[in-house]
Amino acid sequence: MRPSTDIASARAGTTPARFAHLGDRAWGWGLTILGGTILVVAGLILLELGRVASPAFDHIRILRFLTSSDWDPVQEKFGALPFIYGTLVTSIVAILVALPVSVGLALFLSEMGPRRLRPPVAFAIEVLAAIPSVIFGLWGLFVMVPWLREFLQPALQRTLGFLPFFRGPMIGLGFLAAGLILALMILPTIASVTIEVLKTVPPALKEGALALGATRWEAIRIAVLPYARPGILGATLLGLGRALGETMAVTMVIGNSPEISASLFAPGYSLPAVIANEFAEATGDVHIGALASLGLVLFGITLILNAVAQILIMTVARGPRGAKA
Amino acid sequence: MMKKLALAALLTLGFSTVSAAAPLLITGAGATFPFPLYSKWFSEYNKLYPDIRFNYQSIGSGGGIQQFTAGTVDFGATDAPMSDAELAKVPDAVHIPTVLGAVVVTYNAPFTGLKLTPAVLADIFLGKITKWSDPAIAKINPDIKFPDVAITVVRRSDGSGTTYVFTDYLTKISAEWKEKAGTGKSVSWPVGLGGKGNEGVTGLIKQTPGAIGYVELAYANQNKLPVTSLQNRDGNFVLPTLESTSAAAAGVVLPPDFRVSVTDPSGKNAYPIASFTYLLVHKDAKDKAKGDAMVKFLWWAVHPGQAMAIPLDYAPLPKPVVANVEKTIQGLLVQGKPVALAPVN
Repeated sequence: MRPSTDIASARAGTTPARFAHLGDRAWGWGLTILGGTILVVAGLILLELGRVASPAFDHIRILRFLTSSDWDPVQEKFGALPFIYGTLVTSIVAILVALPVSVGLALFLSEMGPRRLRPPVAFAIEVLAAIPSVIFGLWGLFVMVPWLREFLQPALQRTLGFLPFFRGPMIGLGFLAAGLILALMILPTIASVTIEVLKTVPPALKEGALALGATRWEAIRIAVLPYARPGILGATLLGLGRALGETMAVTMVIGNSPEISASLFAPGYSLPAVIANEFAEATGDVHIGALASLGLVLFGITLILNAVAQILIMTVARGPRGAKA
Repeated sequence: MMKKLALAALLTLGFSTVSAAAPLLITGAGATFPFPLYSKWFSEYNKLYPDIRFNYQSIGSGGGIQQFTAGTVDFGATDAPMSDAELAKVPDAVHIPTVLGAVVVTYNAPFTGLKLTPAVLADIFLGKITKWSDPAIAKINPDIKFPDVAITVVRRSDGSGTTYVFTDYLTKISAEWKEKAGTGKSVSWPVGLGGKGNEGVTGLIKQTPGAIGYVELAYANQNKLPVTSLQNRDGNFVLPTLESTSAAAAGVVLPPDFRVSVTDPSGKNAYPIASFTYLLVHKDAKDKAKGDAMVKFLWWAVHPGQAMAIPLDYAPLPKPVVANVEKTIQGLLVQGKPVALAPVN
């Protein structure tokens, strides 16, 4: 009881005496410590990763590590490029597929769909979010990959085969399979956050648009989506974070072959997958160091993408206001 | 409620310390390949000697060597023997071979009874032979009609003792393999797809028509996978079985520290891709009780323990090898003194 009256009185400015705020200050210190913990933990992770990684950098120059595509633990030649490439390509495919579907799903649930259909669809999204990634991987390997090989990949090659992305032998496993599995995994994240974002759109905006004679679709396009855009971007970022770090499902369907190929049909490899695959049996300090360096690279990619996304959100957030003016 | 819980916890703690009379706990870590057998051994041994308990973490050979080197476990376990560099950090490490395993070549194709020579096997994994209809394969298998299907090579993506043994064999039989990939738990594969674990490799092979890959013999037996007869050093085509795997160890000259590769051995019936799996212990144990128990356990493992290997699809050590291992176990010390061991019957 007491602290709350303290806060109330402090806000009102009726107790100027310093030690009357003791509870407040203790609370403040407590929060600072709790908030600081996350920084300390992140810092310790970085420090430890750097310590484990350092033997690799006595051996390989950083620039060479980032730009070489050799990965040969026997000769102790290590290059991170195929893994960086695989991580980025699969995540991009995942976002390209998942974003439109999620936004459509969210709009359906919050704007267009019949009310009775909404609870079961919302429930299905939640169930999808709760499936462990190894199940996604197994399903991908035993159901999706054969379907890709027999059906989707030949169809893509027939229709879009002039693009470099859809060429080469069709084995099912590869960037496309990993990207699609990731899309399925990040879909519930993006969709459910987008639903919440759409709920925050003031009804007056939409009603105004409708009152001006806009159709339902036009109201969504001119009133709802611009308002929700920063939120949808944030949701995408959450999904991207999951896609970049996903290990188990990706390693089961990507083919685990450190190669760089423009074709999405080709097998590849990703940063988390190679760490998970090789760390347990890596014995040499240089090999372990190279794997830890891949962890640092993943850390770096996540940081850069986060920063870019923050900037994007800031510019986009300014967008609607400018449009209104 | 909380008080009751706390009381219950105190009581159980009290009871467990009283009833168990502080059993001797020996901890170990390492290879996953022999884990089913070691679990069986530890539980059987615990039935014989209830005051000795083993705690074994199957974290992989690499982890086993690291933990053993760091001294966080009483014994280690590994599929590939320790390298000279690793051994330099623990000069008193002793390798005790426990059983043998083999690596088999399995495939997904509309025929059975495939035979391969070392040269053709190497060419397939080097990506030089890319179709089942290749004349080099047909020449070895005149009875099989091969389809015109592409060969998809499947291998382990995770670092693994199985890969170590398989690549060790390829390195011995092919100069080109030695130069391009070499021997290791993870190597730079010229071609192919990677699957995680025996089950991952098997999954990929079953999913991909025309696939060929390698898994452990035990795993292949338990899952009834088609296996390949390989031509051994003596020129005979040999199917991977427990007998032909044991025969491989008999065809090799053993160095005193057992750090030897038994791939590509001589011997009429020897299967060419086999290997020991080892327990790692210290030459002179510092802890009296633990050291005693460990030495006695090893003695038990290479005698009655060997009979438990066969039902679990591990190849027992052949007689001449057991004789050598006996000498090594007899040479183990505890606080500088040898351990009295039961006579062998």
